[in-house]
Amino acid sequence: MRTDRKTRWGLRLVALLYLALLLLIPVGVVLYRTFEPGIGAVWDSVTTPAAVHAFQLTLTATVITVPLVTVFGVLLALVLARGRFPGKPLLEAVVDLPFAISPVVVGIALIFVYGRTGWFGQDLADAGIQVIFSLPGIVIATVFVCLPFVAREVTPVLREVGDEQEQAAATLGASGWQTFWRITLPAIRWGVAYGVVLSTARAVGEFGAVSVVSGKIAGETETLTLLVEKRFNNFDLAGAYAASALLALIALVTLMAMTLIKPRREEA
Amino acid sequence: MIEVKGVTKRFGDFTALDDVSLEIPDGSLTALLGPSGSGKSTLLRIIAGLEVPDTGTVVIQDEDVTNRPAQKRGIGFVFQHYAAFKHMSVRDNVAFGLTIRKRPKDEINARVDELLEVVGLQGYQKRYPSQLSGGQRQRMALARALAVEPRVLLLDEPFGALDAKVRAELRAWLRRLHDEVHVTTVLVTHDQEEAMEITDRIAVLDGGKIEQVGAPRELYDNPSTEFVMSFLGPVTKVEGALVRPHDLSIFTEPVDGGIEAQVLRVVHLGFEVRVELVLGGGEEVSVQLTRAEAEQLEVADGDIVYVREPRPAAAPSA
Repeated sequence: MRTDRKTRWGLRLVALLYLALLLLIPVGVVLYRTFEPGIGAVWDSVTTPAAVHAFQLTLTATVITVPLVTVFGVLLALVLARGRFPGKPLLEAVVDLPFAISPVVVGIALIFVYGRTGWFGQDLADAGIQVIFSLPGIVIATVFVCLPFVAREVTPVLREVGDEQEQAAATLGASGWQTFWRITLPAIRWGVAYGVVLSTARAVGEFGAVSVVSGKIAGETETLTLLVEKRFNNFDLAGAYAASALLALIALVTLMAMTLIKPRREEA
Repeated sequence: MIEVKGVTKRFGDFTALDDVSLEIPDGSLTALLGPSGSGKSTLLRIIAGLEVPDTGTVVIQDEDVTNRPAQKRGIGFVFQHYAAFKHMSVRDNVAFGLTIRKRPKDEINARVDELLEVVGLQGYQKRYPSQLSGGQRQRMALARALAVEPRVLLLDEPFGALDAKVRAELRAWLRRLHDEVHVTTVLVTHDQEEAMEITDRIAVLDGGKIEQVGAPRELYDNPSTEFVMSFLGPVTKVEGALVRPHDLSIFTEPVDGGIEAQVLRVVHLGFEVRVELVLGGGEEVSVQLTRAEAEQLEVADGDIVYVREPRPAAAPSA
C-alpha cells in the first residue's frame, strides 16, 4: 500500500515537472517578459496598425473556419459512426490525414493546386478570385488543419449513444431531419462543443500552413502567429512577446470555455 | 391483422429469416418466442420498418407497407433498453410523437397526463429518464409508443433488462393494459414463461423459421416438433421419446409398461419433488412429483422403482 502511494506521488511529480518544464515555465516567461516594459508599452505594441490588422485577420479566418469544420465534422462523424459502406477504413484514415501531415506540406500542396501556376490557379485568377496570398487561401489552409477535431470528438459520442433513440424517434413519426435536430444533435451537443473549442484554438494558433499560403504581407495577409514570428526575427522581442501574450490570452479564453463545458459533458 | 408473407432476411452469410409467413390477428397479444439468433427480433423489426426484408411483403390492416419507412407505418415500438430520450423530461418523451404531429399544446398535455396515469407515472412529468428506475423508464417508453395511437404495438424483449421481480410485475401489468387498450400487440421474448403467462398466441421460431403457431396451451400440450416441446417446458427422455417430467409416474412394484430404474437422487423443491432416475441402459430420467405423491411413495436414493407414462407420449419419437 505504501509503495503504491509512493509510486503515485512519484508519477504525479514526474507529470508536473514535465508540464512545468515544457509548458508552464515557457508560457510564464512569455507573460513575464511581456509585461516587463510596463503595460503602456504592451498596449502600444498590440495596437499598431499591423497588429490590429493581424488580430482582425486571425479572428476573421477563425470565424469562417470554425462553422465550416463544425458542419463538415458532424456530417463526417455521422457517416463514420452510422454508415455501412465499403472503404470506410479509408475514409477514417483520410479524416486523420491533417493530424499526420505537417502543416507546411499542406500549405505547399495548396499552392500546387490553387497557386498561380497550380491546377485551378489560372482559372480562378481569370474569374478574379485570388486564393493564394489572400484570405481564401488562409481559410482553406485553416479548414484543412482543423477538419479532424469535430469529427474525432463527435464520432465516439455517436457510437456510444447508439442509434436506438433515433430509431425510436422514427417509429414515432419523426423525419430524418426532425430526428437529427431533436434527438441526435442534443445527444452529441457536448461533443460538438468540445470539438468547436479545439478547432477554435487550433485555428487561432495555426502557423505552418498559413505561413506558406498567406505570403505574409504585412497589413494584408499577416495573421497573429505570423506577426509574432516576424517581430521575433526582427529582434523586436518586446513586440513578439506582446503579440504572443495576445495569442495566449485567446487560447486561455478558449480553454476556459472548454473547462466550463467539461463537467456538463460528463453529466450528459 | 398483420400479415407477413414469404419474408427472407440475410445479414452477410447469416440467414436471419428464411421464407417466413405469419398472420397476427387484430387485437391479439402475440409472442414471437425463440432462442437468441432465431430471427424473432429481426421479424419484429421488419414489421416495424426498422429493417428491410430481402424478399417478401408485410401487410398491416390490408395495406402493403413493405416499402414504407417506419415513421409512416402507424406503429409503436418499445426497445429492450428503453431508448429513452435522455435530454427530455418524461412529459416531452411521451409527447414526442404528438409534438412531431404539431398537435395543439392543450391536447398534448391532456393526452400525456392521461397516458402517464395509464402507466402509473402520474406526477412524473418533470422528471428526467436518469431519475427513473428501469421499470419506470420502460413504462414511460410504453406511454410514448401509445401516445400516437398506433395500429400495432411492437415490443422487443421489453422486460429483458429488468430484474426478476419487476419483470413479473410488468408482465401482469402489460396483460391488464392490453385487456384495456386492445391494440394489436407483438411481443418478442426468449422467455417461454413470459410468453405462456401473458400472450394469447405464440409463434415459436428457431433458426430463422417458424416452428409452430398457436395458443400457449395448445403448443404446450401438442407441440409439433421436439424443439417446440423442449423450448416450452421441461422435458426428459424415456427410451428415446421426449416426455414432460410431470407426466411420468413412479411405482415401487412392477407394473404393466413400467420400466425398471434406480433412484439416483431425490431433490425437494418446495412443493415439487424431482426424482432423478437411471434406467438399465444408463439413461438418466427426471420425474416430477408433488410432495404428497413423493411422501406416499417414500422413495430414497438407491431404491429400485418402475417408471411409466400414464398417458401416451405427446411428442413424436426421436
